[in-house]
Amino acid sequence: MTSASLSSERPNPRRERLQQLGRRALWRLAGGILVLWAVATLTFFALRLMPGDPVLAILGGPSGNPTAETIAEATREYGLDKPLPVQYALYLGRLVQGDLGVSYSQHQPVTRVLAEQSWPTLELTFTSLALAWVLVLALTVLTAGRRRWVGTLASLAETLSAALPHFWLGILLLAVFAFGLRLFPPAGSDGWRTLVLPSFALAIPLAGFIAQVTRESLDLTLDQPFVLTARTRGLSDFKVRFKHALRHAVLPGISLSGWAIGALISGAVVIEVIFSRKGLGRQLFQAVQAQDLPLTIGISLVVAAGYVLANILVDLLYLWVDPRQQGNAS
Amino acid sequence: MSELTLDTPLPAIRVQRTANKVRLGPVLAVTFLFLLIIAAIAPQLFAHSDPLGIVPRDAFHPPSWEHWFGTDQSGRDIFSRVIYGTRQSLFIGLAATAIAMSIAIVLGLLGGLGGVRIDRGVGWLLEVLFAFPSLILALLFVAIFGSGIGPLIVATGLGGAPGYARMVRGQVLAVRNAGYIESAKALGHPPLRIITRQLLPNAMRPLIVTLTMGVGQAIVWASALSFLGLGARPPAPEWGTMLSMGRDFIANAWWLTFFPGLFIVLTTLSTTVAGRYLQQRLEGRLS
Repeated sequence: MTSASLSSERPNPRRERLQQLGRRALWRLAGGILVLWAVATLTFFALRLMPGDPVLAILGGPSGNPTAETIAEATREYGLDKPLPVQYALYLGRLVQGDLGVSYSQHQPVTRVLAEQSWPTLELTFTSLALAWVLVLALTVLTAGRRRWVGTLASLAETLSAALPHFWLGILLLAVFAFGLRLFPPAGSDGWRTLVLPSFALAIPLAGFIAQVTRESLDLTLDQPFVLTARTRGLSDFKVRFKHALRHAVLPGISLSGWAIGALISGAVVIEVIFSRKGLGRQLFQAVQAQDLPLTIGISLVVAAGYVLANILVDLLYLWVDPRQQGNAS
Repeated sequence: MSELTLDTPLPAIRVQRTANKVRLGPVLAVTFLFLLIIAAIAPQLFAHSDPLGIVPRDAFHPPSWEHWFGTDQSGRDIFSRVIYGTRQSLFIGLAATAIAMSIAIVLGLLGGLGGVRIDRGVGWLLEVLFAFPSLILALLFVAIFGSGIGPLIVATGLGGAPGYARMVRGQVLAVRNAGYIESAKALGHPPLRIITRQLLPNAMRPLIVTLTMGVGQAIVWASALSFLGLGARPPAPEWGTMLSMGRDFIANAWWLTFFPGLFIVLTTLSTTVAGRYLQQRLEGRLS
């Protein structure tokens, strides 16, 4: 009886697995929406605690010098005369409809600013993450389990690059490759040439972190019996490393990538400021300084949404690379 | 008895083996950290000129025998400024880590001991905090409370807290059901005593290493915030602030940004290397 019911329960293991992944994704998405609500609430109240009158911020900050009438008018227009809970409720209501309000400092809809600024940051983070993984794979797969001095040298390079703060690295790259050798433009965000230096500034420290973890697990994996089996089957060293050992060894690195995306976004703020790039990071920095409430909340929401989504993807990728995890997944 | 005779020689051998193998990396790291601490306590031992003294005719001197790290736009000696900046940077790193850890212990204990519901709540709170990349959390915090050393420390601590809290919670869960906790309960010790005397010390032991490295990371994050102009105000000799000031001159005076940054790197590198060495020693002793 048990064997019959078991086989009818699992008509198609692949489909079953996809369904399980889908269910997990939905569950995580629901949690993600709750997280976004909390982020919106926290940011709203946090910025309301800020010293300084938001009306003055709307009317151009300390240099605006508005009259009493314009102040009263702007207060009404932005709904700032209502009690705080009412403002919050109104704000959430608009948020659900996809209306993020009008930026105080740029006088255009926040959604438009976000649409303009999101792509450069997305481009920068993804290029950096991809570049970091290329560096990690090149460094670890080729050097793990080799002669002792090779490993020592490689892990020295990893430790050093993990300790490099990206803002300092950015400045050094700028001084050497933009001002010294004039190979790349020092500022701007048009074309791939402007992307090279910022990406390296973000990718090198990150690669150092991921590589340390990956090397450790690759060293352990290369001692496993299945690697020996693969070798005795006559596979080339390269193939053993890339096709067999790597799949096991990347797992800690993958779970670190979720954290890495948060670190990359943090880094993007500084890097975008250094390289005068368009993007959410620099925009956020300016919005906070200008007390631009709607824009700050908008950017925080987009960043949090990106982070939550990225982590769901990382989670699913983890399950996909390592089916053994599925038992404890749900 | 036979167990004892089998067991006793082992630690001795192990200690001898590790004692014979003095490795260069950890020695250099600990020496550097030691020198940093001395520089923080008594900067005048290393630097002889005033970190704030303006000498306009000495502006933009490249590194030389007289000015090891060169001079800045106002003719201030950068070596002195870096040395005098040690105190503030170390203090910021230590204080921020302490704040992060305090928040983490509270959250971790609540999550690990408070039952399923509170644990879920804490887990969710951590998820929310994680969804704010640490720099953004810090930016918001500084935006509310203004810039300066105090908010900078708290902001850096807040940014680091969720990561530590996750670790503390895991450790508390792992230690919670250990035999010695059971026996302490059986002996009738009050819960608070068990938490402070048994649970926390045992849960925190593996985190010592993480904390060592955390101080280095906190220094980096704090200098990133200072670099954005949210920390110590410009003439102050703080590493991140110096980097931020030197940024305007990178095209022709590289030493303004190179040396403060180098000290940030050496500090994080040393805490990492020392922390990892500590980890190996501790693990060696535990196994």
